[in-house]
Amino acid sequence: MDLLSYFVFFSVTASIFGIATLGLNLQWGFTGIMNVGIVGFFGVGAYTSAYLTGPNYPEAFGGFGLHPLIGYLGAMLTSGLVAAVVGIPTIRLKHDFLAIGTFGIAICIQLVAMNWKSATRGFDGLHSLPKPFTALAGTPFLANLYYLIMVLVFIALITFALERMVRSPWGRMLRAIREDEDAAAALGKNAFAFRLQTFVFGSMLMGLAGALYANFMGFISPQDLLPIFTFQVFVMLVVGGSGNNYGALLGAVIIWALWTVTESVLGAILPTELRQQVSAIRVVMVGAILVGMLLYRPQGLLPERRNSSPEARIRN
Amino acid sequence: MMVQMLVDGVVAASFITLGVVGLSMVYNILNFPTFAQGDHIATGGYIALGLVALIGTAGSIAGLSFGWPLILALVCAAVLNGVVALALDRAIFSRLRRQNASRISLIMASFGVALMLRHLIIVFAGHEPHYFSFAIQPALDFGGVRITRNELVAVAVTTALVIGLHLFLSRTWLGKSMRAVSENPSLAKVNGIDVNRVILWTWVISAGLAAVAGVLLGVVVQIHPFMGFELLLPMFAALIVGGMTSIYGAVLGALLIGLAEGITVQYFVPEYRQAVSFIVVILVLMVRPNGILGEKA
Repeated sequence: MDLLSYFVFFSVTASIFGIATLGLNLQWGFTGIMNVGIVGFFGVGAYTSAYLTGPNYPEAFGGFGLHPLIGYLGAMLTSGLVAAVVGIPTIRLKHDFLAIGTFGIAICIQLVAMNWKSATRGFDGLHSLPKPFTALAGTPFLANLYYLIMVLVFIALITFALERMVRSPWGRMLRAIREDEDAAAALGKNAFAFRLQTFVFGSMLMGLAGALYANFMGFISPQDLLPIFTFQVFVMLVVGGSGNNYGALLGAVIIWALWTVTESVLGAILPTELRQQVSAIRVVMVGAILVGMLLYRPQGLLPERRNSSPEARIRN
Repeated sequence: MMVQMLVDGVVAASFITLGVVGLSMVYNILNFPTFAQGDHIATGGYIALGLVALIGTAGSIAGLSFGWPLILALVCAAVLNGVVALALDRAIFSRLRRQNASRISLIMASFGVALMLRHLIIVFAGHEPHYFSFAIQPALDFGGVRITRNELVAVAVTTALVIGLHLFLSRTWLGKSMRAVSENPSLAKVNGIDVNRVILWTWVISAGLAAVAGVLLGVVVQIHPFMGFELLLPMFAALIVGGMTSIYGAVLGALLIGLAEGITVQYFVPEYRQAVSFIVVILVLMVRPNGILGEKA
């Protein structure tokens, strides 16, 4: 039972990572734009949902006590909005500006979460966020299980929608822009608009992941908004296969499993006073995996499929 | 108040300058913004810290909190940091170049290298801050403007290195080759410039200056695992403000960002120090997308 409830907990967190990885896949995998501030959009989503659904904190504003589903919707809206604000000045320019811009916004969002105490309670974080199904389920285990089912339904819907989108003419245009922007522009396509759209959609998924995380944990604080999160999502996509939605999900599960297993294994082998070292070794290991994949299998475990348009396949 | 703010800004700018020169060189010669530049600053600081620990003392000369042992450690750290950067290039970046990897792959790899360096530091030296010396240094008082001797040295060393770099880039064969490669690699190659040699020296100089930044930051403030990472956003901001393509622009950008930080810390909210550079970047990009010294679009 213990193992089973741990498995459910693991699956929920892995699925939340999976949603963020799908968001990055839309941005980098399909459109070739870089987001180095995934955790920023995750954080905006998490805090938005915390405000919309959380209780009224005496020392901080917010706490509307709304239904979590409204929190999720709000999270997608605000993270999409932040993405538009960062994207509009930077996406027209070279890739590097978006990379640096997203990196910057993530740092700023973490600084705000840490220091704007009257809104975010700083490191005390926002707590007692409602988890849907808690009353219905009765036990914490069932509540987590229902939450897992809900997240899996979300993933199914998102994956279905993304697969439809990338196979549509719109999706083919994304890849055309990724491969040769000048050629796409010569066909009269506005590369800026396509890029901005995918950047905003992808960031909305990252925001949704943040909201799902906040309501699942019931708590969000600046400790959850470290650059390491961005790095984990990178590795998940590179390992799984950038340009492949199923690869993104597979990568999320594999890397999250590796991450949690190494923590318990290293934690069991090494003495407790080396705890700092344990989590640091883990980061070095995952960094080595990222670099190794980029060098030896850049296409990932599940490479991008060619001819993703059904019509094209029939004619071939 | 006003002058104090300028002085603090110039001190902050000196660390950013030493870091951004390398960032700019790598960006223009190897064609990608390396997210590991901040952590090269940290490794440089830690290598010097280790060497000073081996010697046993940072020494003390002329009222400074350091002396010859630290200067020796600084020189060795600059060389060793260059070796580290070269080894990383051989192991990772040169292979990605050979595979014609996309720029995004290079950015991601540098992000991975950054996290590995930072966490290797934590594995070996822990999270706690370290100091080269615990000697207390009284600030000099110039009619109400306060600056420590260490800070004066940091500004002087930075100025000297920037001038030296300018002479190197404008007077020597290697320096001119570097500028040629950054402007047009194929044309440079056709003219018999050994691009691999240029790349080698790019890493050595960039990581060497980063090590100097790390040691000076350690002397003036402290050594800790995130010391370089915290400089990354200001460095990128300086690069963008300076127009990406010019080292001189980057140095000017560093000065501007340093002053903006000085103003924020003095008059507004010190906690948001890092955010300032980001706001400057967004403002500059909206008004002049190619930076202040950048070419017109």
